[in-house]
Amino acid sequence: MRTVPLLADLVPGQSATIASLAADSGLGQRLAALGLRPGQRVELLRRASWGGPLHLRVGMTELMLRRRDAARVGITALGGAA
Amino acid sequence: MSHCQSPIWSAPAGQATVAVLGMPNTGKSTFFSQLTGSHAHIGNWPGLTVDLLQADLDLEGRPAQLVDLPGIYDLRGHSEDEAVVRRFLESTPIDLVVVILNASQIDRQLRLALQVRQLGLPALLLLNMADEARRFGVVIDAEHLGAELGLPVLLVSAKYRRGLAQARQAMVRQLGGASGPAAPGVAAPPAAIPLLEPLLEAGEPELPGRMAALLAAAVSLPPQWRDRLTRRLDGLLLHPWLGLPLFFLAMALMFQVIYAIGVPLQEALGALLDAFGKGVLTPLLSGLPPFLKGFLLDGLYQGLGTVTAFLPVIFLFFLAMGVVEDSGYLSRAAYLMDAFMERLGLDGRSFVLALMGFGCNVPAILGTRVMRSSGLRLLSMLIIPFSLCSARLNVFLFMAAAFFPARQGGLVIFGLYLMSFAAAIVTALLFKGRFNSSEPLVLELPPYRFPTLRQMLNRAWAEVRHFWFWARRFIVFGVVAVWLLNNLPLGVAPASDASLSGQLGELLQPLLGPIGINPKLTVALVFGFIAKEIVLGGLAVIYGQADPAALGRAVAADVSWTQAVSFMLFTLLYTPCLSTVAVIRSESKRLGFTVFSVVWSFLLAWLVSFGFFQGASLLQQLGVLG
Ligand SMILES: Nc1nc2c(ncn2[C@@H]2O[C@H](COP(=O)(O)OP(=O)(O)OP(=O)(O)O)[C@@H](O)[C@H]2O)c(=O)[nH]1
Repeated sequence: MRTVPLLADLVPGQSATIASLAADSGLGQRLAALGLRPGQRVELLRRASWGGPLHLRVGMTELMLRRRDAARVGITALGGAA
Repeated sequence: MSHCQSPIWSAPAGQATVAVLGMPNTGKSTFFSQLTGSHAHIGNWPGLTVDLLQADLDLEGRPAQLVDLPGIYDLRGHSEDEAVVRRFLESTPIDLVVVILNASQIDRQLRLALQVRQLGLPALLLLNMADEARRFGVVIDAEHLGAELGLPVLLVSAKYRRGLAQARQAMVRQLGGASGPAAPGVAAPPAAIPLLEPLLEAGEPELPGRMAALLAAAVSLPPQWRDRLTRRLDGLLLHPWLGLPLFFLAMALMFQVIYAIGVPLQEALGALLDAFGKGVLTPLLSGLPPFLKGFLLDGLYQGLGTVTAFLPVIFLFFLAMGVVEDSGYLSRAAYLMDAFMERLGLDGRSFVLALMGFGCNVPAILGTRVMRSSGLRLLSMLIIPFSLCSARLNVFLFMAAAFFPARQGGLVIFGLYLMSFAAAIVTALLFKGRFNSSEPLVLELPPYRFPTLRQMLNRAWAEVRHFWFWARRFIVFGVVAVWLLNNLPLGVAPASDASLSGQLGELLQPLLGPIGINPKLTVALVFGFIAKEIVLGGLAVIYGQADPAALGRAVAADVSWTQAVSFMLFTLLYTPCLSTVAVIRSESKRLGFTVFSVVWSFLLAWLVSFGFFQGASLLQQLGVLG
């Protein structure tokens, strides 16, 4: 069993705080530049169908992120719908 | 570090170099063009492999050169654009860096300004899109922020031309006034920074703390996201099931409108040009020898005229694409299509680039620079040339009008668009194994924006001018060449079997005969390899017809509709133009790949045309098809 909840596990409307990034330095840097860094609050707005990307909001920025990549982002507290 | 790099480039004495630096999509280009008008040109910088947009600017008497750097997220980033910016800063002495950030996203973008600060470059910070920041409830105390950062900070709205005069004044002040360089303490004579990385690395640890402190001191963020318009529109346009159908509906409507307005305009303009040729030019040139007169009128004027008539459609096309892009819908297209594109070994960005390729393939291929994985880049470059670009469109509009009644003609064009998608999909599926990538995809989805009429018109106009510039060069060249092939060796009947073009056509018959391409069409195709803009002008010369309608009739009398469709399919799929080949070569940096891309497109074009032509001929023999 996995113990760490991942960004990819959120359901639309939920928000959480980013705990860790298991990305290589290139992706890590890009995610950080777009605001996805540990300690930041992130909200999942929706998921595209057919296994498509996630639509997220971090701070004042909205992003799309593939599920595969979202599975490399660990989160802490799961929060309810905002 | 002891080694000292001498600058490999410096501005003419007295001219200041001002670099515009910022994150992607913060409005750098908008700012740049508002400030410089339309005098910008593409400059080639020594030591950089890419071209940068630059323009001369008069800052209250002080001549300056403004350079638009590619948008970057991080000065220490690994993308090609980030490397370009680093190399630029390392090799060019800069008098002033204008940092442009999106004010409403200052919570994350401030980082880039801090990095520039670490480099100690003379700088000025413009917080653009102040209008959006206000709308979303982001309040920034620019003065306070400026005092803390130790550089002037201004809130501006480049798109609505707010704060630009102040920005200009601030630039003058930072450059040390109109008098010239080196008002003490303001701007020391610049030197390039030989190595950025040590400076940036040293500053990294304290960056997050510094950023948080600045934000706390000078910025207040809204407790809740306030952009209700974007929220609502996304609820509909990004809907898991409705999103894609709505997108394709929007695209189909867009093309409908373009043709509904553009085609009558094109016909009217064509008639006008023809009347001008007949009524004014013909009498004017009547004194010339027939050979020269024929060349000028039937060759040059006709060739240029045919393409000119298509400019309205092209203008409308770029206008519509500009609106789609500027409104923010294009990034949504990347989101909607990503799941599908992922299965083709591509991603949402490849889709958006292929869509831009419907305007022109060349900038679309340049756009693949945003991708880091070479497999993904190459695969994208392989499919983009199948996008039916505006140059090919004018051939198809002409052929469709010549061979089919209006309704059917529309269907033929629609079918060619479908074919264009199909060719891209098949190509990606066949080759995704050879060019694989696991590049992650993170993209910003900007808020929806209303494009301004002025901005859109300017842009579409610039695109049309660009198209016309290329088209003109190629057409003059192509028409001269086709004319010569038709009329050499001396004394042959023009375009007869004995002429060079007749011989060339015959030579290629074993290859092109089976797909229904006769010797005359062959010559048009050969020149179409250089640029599709030549194809029509070439046909005009080959068939010796001045008037578009008469040319249509002449071609229709010479070839059957199945030959015409086969010709269109071939034109759609084989190499779009030499410029595309050149840019694939320069961007992929691989000769082998370039050759592969050209050969594959020829092979596919031949196979599809063969399948169509032979199939249709068979059905005709069986009496199933007319
Ligand atoms: N609301 C608003 N939108 C703006 C403003 N300035 C630019 N935009 C819009 O922001 C988008 C991006 O502008 P660009 O000028 O293309 O941005 P850029 O930074 O050059 O982008 P790249 O070329 O990708 O680096 C466009 O849709 C502009 O119309 C502004 O002041 N306010």
